Amino acid sequence: MSAMTKDARAALTRAGFSRRQLLKGAGALVVTFSTARLAESIGAEPLSQGQFGTQNARVGAQLDSWIAIAADGAVTAYTGKCELGQGMFTVQMQLIAEELSVPLSRVTLIQCDTSMTPDQGTTSGSQSTPTNFNERNLAQAGATAREALLRLAAERLAVPVDRLALSDGVISVRGDGSRRVSYGDLIGGKTFNLTLSATAKRKPAGEWSVLGKPIARVDLPAMATGQFEFVHNVRVPGMLHGRVVRPPAVGATLIGVDESSVRGLPGFVRVVVTRNFVGVVCEKTWQAVQAVQQLKATWTPGVGLPAHGDFHGYMRRQPSRDALLVNSKDVDQQLARAASVVNATYLYPYQMHGSMSSSCAVADVRGDRATIWSPTQSAYPVRSGAAMILGLAPDKVRVIFTRGSGCYGINGADTVSFDAAVLSQAVGTPVRVQLSRKDEMAWENYGLAFVIDQRIGVDSSGAILAWDYEAWSPTRGGRPGYDRPGNVITGLLLGYEPQPFSPRTPAPEPGGTFNNNSNAAPSYVTGCVGGACRGAGTVKSERVLSHTIASPFFTGPLRSPSRLQNTFAHECFLDEVAAHVRADPVAYRVRHLSDARLSEVVKRAAAAAQWDARPSPRPDLRKTGVARGRGIACVAYEGDNGYSAMVADVDVDQATGAVTLTRIIVAQDCGPISNPDGMKNQIEGGALQGMSRALGEEVTWDEQKVTSVDWRTYRSLPLGFAVPTVESVLINRTDAEATGSGETAITVAAAALGNAIFDATGARVRQVPFTPDRVKAALDARG
Amino acid sequence: MSTLTLNVNGRAHTVDVEPATPLLYVLGDDLALNGPKFGCGLGQCGACTVIVRGRAVRSCVTPVGTIGGAEVTTLEGLGTIERPHPIQQAFIDEQAAQCGFCLNGVILTAKAFLDQNPTPSDAQLTQALATTLCRCFAHTRMLRAIKRYAGLRAPQKQASVEPASGSAERGRV
Repeated sequence: MSAMTKDARAALTRAGFSRRQLLKGAGALVVTFSTARLAESIGAEPLSQGQFGTQNARVGAQLDSWIAIAADGAVTAYTGKCELGQGMFTVQMQLIAEELSVPLSRVTLIQCDTSMTPDQGTTSGSQSTPTNFNERNLAQAGATAREALLRLAAERLAVPVDRLALSDGVISVRGDGSRRVSYGDLIGGKTFNLTLSATAKRKPAGEWSVLGKPIARVDLPAMATGQFEFVHNVRVPGMLHGRVVRPPAVGATLIGVDESSVRGLPGFVRVVVTRNFVGVVCEKTWQAVQAVQQLKATWTPGVGLPAHGDFHGYMRRQPSRDALLVNSKDVDQQLARAASVVNATYLYPYQMHGSMSSSCAVADVRGDRATIWSPTQSAYPVRSGAAMILGLAPDKVRVIFTRGSGCYGINGADTVSFDAAVLSQAVGTPVRVQLSRKDEMAWENYGLAFVIDQRIGVDSSGAILAWDYEAWSPTRGGRPGYDRPGNVITGLLLGYEPQPFSPRTPAPEPGGTFNNNSNAAPSYVTGCVGGACRGAGTVKSERVLSHTIASPFFTGPLRSPSRLQNTFAHECFLDEVAAHVRADPVAYRVRHLSDARLSEVVKRAAAAAQWDARPSPRPDLRKTGVARGRGIACVAYEGDNGYSAMVADVDVDQATGAVTLTRIIVAQDCGPISNPDGMKNQIEGGALQGMSRALGEEVTWDEQKVTSVDWRTYRSLPLGFAVPTVESVLINRTDAEATGSGETAITVAAAALGNAIFDATGARVRQVPFTPDRVKAALDARG
Repeated sequence: MSTLTLNVNGRAHTVDVEPATPLLYVLGDDLALNGPKFGCGLGQCGACTVIVRGRAVRSCVTPVGTIGGAEVTTLEGLGTIERPHPIQQAFIDEQAAQCGFCLNGVILTAKAFLDQNPTPSDAQLTQALATTLCRCFAHTRMLRAIKRYAGLRAPQKQASVEPASGSAERGRV
């Protein structure tokens, strides 16, 4: 890919990566072209559906809330799906440029600002592409605008629509280029006054010239040169700097704060205490850092934590909320009839988002109005939650999404936005808050620990007869949504409760239709519920039982939430059974799959890896020295939101248990590809992040508090490790729906790695992370 | 508080700060620079890196009072959007970023290292980046960008630098 193209550079300038420029530009656009939408968005009534109602994301049906065209033909699009580092900003510009047949340089995209953009809820769950790149929302707005422009041109030029052609923002009569009219002349500066048309036709993928191409990220030159304005760089006149003081132990409550311990410090402004929330505001950042260290605050002891070493056993013993995803009611009979039964238990730790930066936000709360510059994935929900906390009407609060470091789910972004709002309201001036590394890591909403018991019965031919899954995982809080600030630490400290947890045993029988959203069911079962079978596999005897328990720590979505943990257990266990019946792991997968797209990625990954069809472990296995092996794993993400298969090659040092990855191959099908280089970037990053999580990442704690609070106690693979090659095989299906591609590769990483270790050594490691000690113990257990 | 003169990106700045203040906060709060980032405040991740006396320094744990008159270079001191430094251009060419928050530390750490060691072995490069983090794990692209820049700096080594795009080599380090 070449240096930044002229188009991209112009787009960057237009997009205005400095906040001031953005607001200035957007303000002009709003005033000129979209006063109706402005009134709807920040006027008092239309968007309010009950004061703090848990309304679903409210997506505009009006074309004008998505697209505006200026007199000079410049196109502005508004989206509620934000750039988090996944490339969503550039690729949405590509979408609009494509649908409207204009160069990228003529498109300005405004993202995730509650005063300007549609409420598309949260940018998460691999839902941005499915939401905005299929026949609805942003893509449909593009198609509707295109159709409207053609209609207007047909009237203006007095020819039927089918004689018109669009190119470069101009509509002309085919065969008579002199009869033409520009978008600016047709609609510039005026509103469309149309609702999104369900029948407007998208431009066919075969005609794409911008979408589907490896367009360079428009934000990268600014980021690479230190010009990009992250939320950390937002500087508002009169802005002060805050830090928060979190409790010293989980469940500790505040006894008192001795304000005199910090009163004389340079730059000190205020200690803010509300219930268990404590913060300090100073004139400068470093002063605030020192002030929170010196502040004397007294707390009760914590509630006490279950032993870290026995947490998986602890989970089994807790009252639980039980759910059956699928239950053919013949599993026990089939297992009893099986030629042989294989059992195994898989364990997964709590892990953290561990963002590169501790989270930061800036809030300006004055009187009855508030503006919050927030790195949240959930601009509208945070607006609602902040309004609750501040005692303001939601329509008086504006949340402007401003990029932080990659979040991979709910990191500290929402909680720090609430922190900044509380501190700003207390002092009446803008306040910037950046959490300390420890505040971020000790109190974020962790990804889930899991215990998964697996049981499979096979018949005499080696075919799987029945699959029995039973799992335990913890929950507390989560995303705050529109009305649950207590789902994150700041809200809890302020007195809001997290989402209540209520045990329920036994589980009711599965109802509705089969929905494998969390990949709790393996890909190899039929998924028959209510007479309809929507699974990806052929195994008819199936039971998937999940127990949720109350977590001592906050939990929340972490990239591929539950899907990764479940897939680790399913794909390793499938491999164990394949080994048990001496079958090749690729052939054994394909034998039990009914889903053609999933089978295809398995075969394509194997072909790219020049897979040697044979059972694992490798036949010439030796129990000393460095052993080499390969493993495969696959997933139909959330059942139908992207298909991925990975082959991992590893070297295992059998003296130390150290594992070195040498090559990763990922084959992926995510429907029509919007930007192949962006998709590769997500695959490469997902694969390696998945390996970091598999090899070393684990939240730890003692009797009172979390002890993994920095990069020495929570181990992330650095840039300087033996980085394997990562090769992507992209399957471009232009006839299918567009799916997510940000969480697919990471989902299969731990399983592919575990299977490769087994192939190399004959040792099965069933607990993540695969630390050298744990691998060594498994090697020693071979005898 | 004391008055200090800092030489940053070729310009002298007079600031009134406590000498114990880590350099990072002075660069961000007083000089309004966006390049150096607060990642951990513990010198463990590299996000705050600046170049001082030709070496990569973690500004979050470096008291401003220890800098003296030394020239400090931040990411914005290397090049601009219009005229990026060759190592910045290499990262753009390789599309070597996701969220971009770590770029400051990665680019400056790699540049300072390559300036001192123009033809490193892979093991030396790995060692140089042993405490530099990217949590999006854009590792393969970043290493490709670093090697591309190393190849530009040391033409005799160019044969070892792999092509950047348009071939099956894409995706390899």
